[in-house]
Amino acid sequence: MGWIGKSVKRSDAKSKVMGAALYIDDYGYEGMLHAATVRSPYPRARIKKIDFSQAQKVPGFVRGITAKDVPGKNLWPLVMHDYPFLAEREAKFAGEAVALVAAESLQAARDAAAATRLLLEELPCVTDPLQALKKSAPRVYGRDNVFARYVVKKGDVAKGFEEADAVAEGIFTTGYQMQAYLETQGMIAFPESHGGVTLYGSMQCPYYVHDAVAAALGIAYNKVRVVQRSTGGGFGGKEDMPALVGTHAALAAVLTGRPVKLIYDRREDFISMSRRHPSWTQLRYGAKRDGALTACQAKFILDAGAYATLSPIVLWRGTVHAAGPYRIPHVLIESCAAATHKAPCGAFRGFGQPQSAFAHESLIDELALKLDMDPLDFRLKNALRVGDETATGQKLGESCGMVDALEEVRDASDWKKKRADYPAWKSGGARRRGIGVAANYYGVSLGARGRYLDRAAAQVQIQPDGTVMVAIGNTEIGQGARTVISQIAAESLNAPYEHIQVLETDTSRVPDSGPTVASRTTLMSGNAVLNACEPLRRRIFETAQEMLKKKGGAETPMSASDGKFSVAAAEVGFAEVARECYLRKLKMAEQGWYSAPPTSFDTETGQGDAYVTYAYSANVAEVEVDAETGETKVTKVTSAHDIGKVINPNAAEGQIEGGIVQALGYAFIEEIIEREGQVVNPNFTDYILPASADAPEFKTILLEHPYPAGPYGAKGLAESPIIGPAPAALNALRHACGVRLSHIPAMPEAIWKAVKHGDQKKQ
Amino acid sequence: MAIKKNNNFIKLAALRCRVNGRAVQKMVETGKRLLDFLRSDLRLTGTKEGCGDGECGACTVLLDGRPVNACMVMALQAAGRSVVTIEGISPDPRILHPLQQGFIDQGGVQCGFCIPGMIMSCAALLEKNPQADLEAIKAGMSGNLCRCTGYEKIFRAVEQARRELELKNAQR
Repeated sequence: MGWIGKSVKRSDAKSKVMGAALYIDDYGYEGMLHAATVRSPYPRARIKKIDFSQAQKVPGFVRGITAKDVPGKNLWPLVMHDYPFLAEREAKFAGEAVALVAAESLQAARDAAAATRLLLEELPCVTDPLQALKKSAPRVYGRDNVFARYVVKKGDVAKGFEEADAVAEGIFTTGYQMQAYLETQGMIAFPESHGGVTLYGSMQCPYYVHDAVAAALGIAYNKVRVVQRSTGGGFGGKEDMPALVGTHAALAAVLTGRPVKLIYDRREDFISMSRRHPSWTQLRYGAKRDGALTACQAKFILDAGAYATLSPIVLWRGTVHAAGPYRIPHVLIESCAAATHKAPCGAFRGFGQPQSAFAHESLIDELALKLDMDPLDFRLKNALRVGDETATGQKLGESCGMVDALEEVRDASDWKKKRADYPAWKSGGARRRGIGVAANYYGVSLGARGRYLDRAAAQVQIQPDGTVMVAIGNTEIGQGARTVISQIAAESLNAPYEHIQVLETDTSRVPDSGPTVASRTTLMSGNAVLNACEPLRRRIFETAQEMLKKKGGAETPMSASDGKFSVAAAEVGFAEVARECYLRKLKMAEQGWYSAPPTSFDTETGQGDAYVTYAYSANVAEVEVDAETGETKVTKVTSAHDIGKVINPNAAEGQIEGGIVQALGYAFIEEIIEREGQVVNPNFTDYILPASADAPEFKTILLEHPYPAGPYGAKGLAESPIIGPAPAALNALRHACGVRLSHIPAMPEAIWKAVKHGDQKKQ
Repeated sequence: MAIKKNNNFIKLAALRCRVNGRAVQKMVETGKRLLDFLRSDLRLTGTKEGCGDGECGACTVLLDGRPVNACMVMALQAAGRSVVTIEGISPDPRILHPLQQGFIDQGGVQCGFCIPGMIMSCAALLEKNPQADLEAIKAGMSGNLCRCTGYEKIFRAVEQARRELELKNAQR
């Protein structure tokens, strides 16, 4: 293979290093207005009056917009249809959008928003998810404050625990985490003469924006067009949320008849946009003396916030994977997403799995210790293999690299030696070292719960000069989609990689291809591109063959590589062939389509083929802990990832390294402090992101257990790397200090207290 | 001087400075941040706003050769001084600065939003410490947040640029 498996340079890197790549706030237009959002300051409030009289006095004020001005339906058509674009009677979280103002300048818009008076009546609220599930709790959603419930039931869990010689149990909790993309949310909306609107902006999922804008404006889909601009990070935070931001911009544009720009500042992004769900997991594992797992039982609760957004799907993914990547005959997992009067939680890389994996990987370690087994050997003994069944009863027929990944990290990290040596390691008295492991799997693409969206389209057009335009329905958000898609197209067509241009995603060019989430772009868009390339490839190759024949190379078979077609006596380049195709009046543009193979999920039993395939990761983390301060430094992470086929090794490593650092932020330093429904630290001064000094040393191993239905065997990668490192690091901390921290982020104070307490107990 | 704009009196003052080597003379609002002056008045949009609090470093530019967060500096503070932005980092716009090339070659770019600021900080770092080792690089760019890469490939990019610049200096 020519382009597959090569670390070609990112197609968008040059424009980005030059500062020439244009993000949404870099655009400005003649006559453009700016919008700003008026937000409720209370966790729950009845809206009595919205008064723009003072705002109108702000020079440059153009108009105010409330729920009453929404021409279509004031409910976001997303999963549960419960979130109004603008709060009407009741605002359900501090930061919820109540009104918009449009003005001649950004400053005027913000001044006018600040001058808008909200007459609100504060109502009783509930901000703790376990409280919210009680009968007496104030109502957030429905009758019971539950957005969704799932059960996964396999075998007989009571019998499984009877058969167990050792049982471990515990309660594990995780906090919020912000996606903290460096570019805040932003959109520009243009009113169109046909009564519709065109939107440009920062987003992962243009089709979600399309759905929302059409609903809010009450207009036909063919009057809405959504185009993605260079997007400064997403991580799930730009999955659904841009639909809300975009709808606000579209409302303002249509109601004023002028282009409108809406860019969030960091604070409002922090208080109003989605974030990773806090979780509460009660978990129990049983195993036989020889280490074979017999049973797993879990209760898994997510704190969803005030509106459902994507919570039902996040919960489902977390639930399906909650038993871990192990062969367990008896499983019972029950889960629910609780509504609370706080900002809605939603998609964040890993999508419910970092939460449930923190619990299962922490407890698997404890059970290994009870059995006096090495935690890595214990995982290896139980790890899923080809032919095994997952917790949902899905039989793994192929492409399962869990054992391979664990063995690779064991050997590459020098696990056995360090596991034996580190407890005795001493430096300066208080510093201690430990090493820990975690395993995870990740269902690639949307799975059974999102199966109706699991399709993708592509358009490939070969130009007369031999350059190629590729349009896909998924987006480039930094993960390298354009580069990988370019490689796939170049490989299929035998075109030079540099000839491929993947366009900014535009809903008018490619039909609804579902969201850019769930590590699905390489698989779904990659396959759609291959589907489009197939007839083009045939025409190109046949034409090349005939051209070579004319040049006197009739007898020998043609070879095709690096954009050249050759026989012993002659050679033609891709551009020449493309030109010849045009002269022969051949069709040089094709639409491609791919729909995912069937998946299933029985809502009564939680059994079924939940996902089309899985990626597998193993992480070994090494930590150094200062017992006197609790300060913990992750010094090295060795990780191995089975992603089917590596399309671009450098880009794959970048995804893994970035995922690991986000995971370590989740484990140790990123903490949203929320008091009575208010975010106390909505800024980068008080919400700490990992910086250069926090990056560990990396040892990254890429494994290929090809998935036959994937493009060149590829599965998906982006999310699997963020799932394991947090529990691996906490397991390393356990190894270093002998204490189990059951909550993340494990801040230095908590570590210091736990270590001190643990040391006292030992004495 | 004060002018009436949208019925509001805004104080304006003359700003003379050099931006990317070129003399600039403009009337600016006294309360305007250097970041907005660069982005809105001069249309130099390569400099990004990530937080507005001086925490993320996405708006880093060089002010008399030293890295500053352009969101924390008033435009008028640049009076009589020299500002360099990502658009001016390479003396010849047709040739990439070794740092820019390093970020491309090593895979140091993902979403790209932090990159212009990152490159400006690293340029200042290598100017000050041409032999910067990994520890010095880590420390020198600790004010620039990247949410995508995990930093590893950025370290490699800066190391490549350092070697390139060392080579160039040796040839001189």
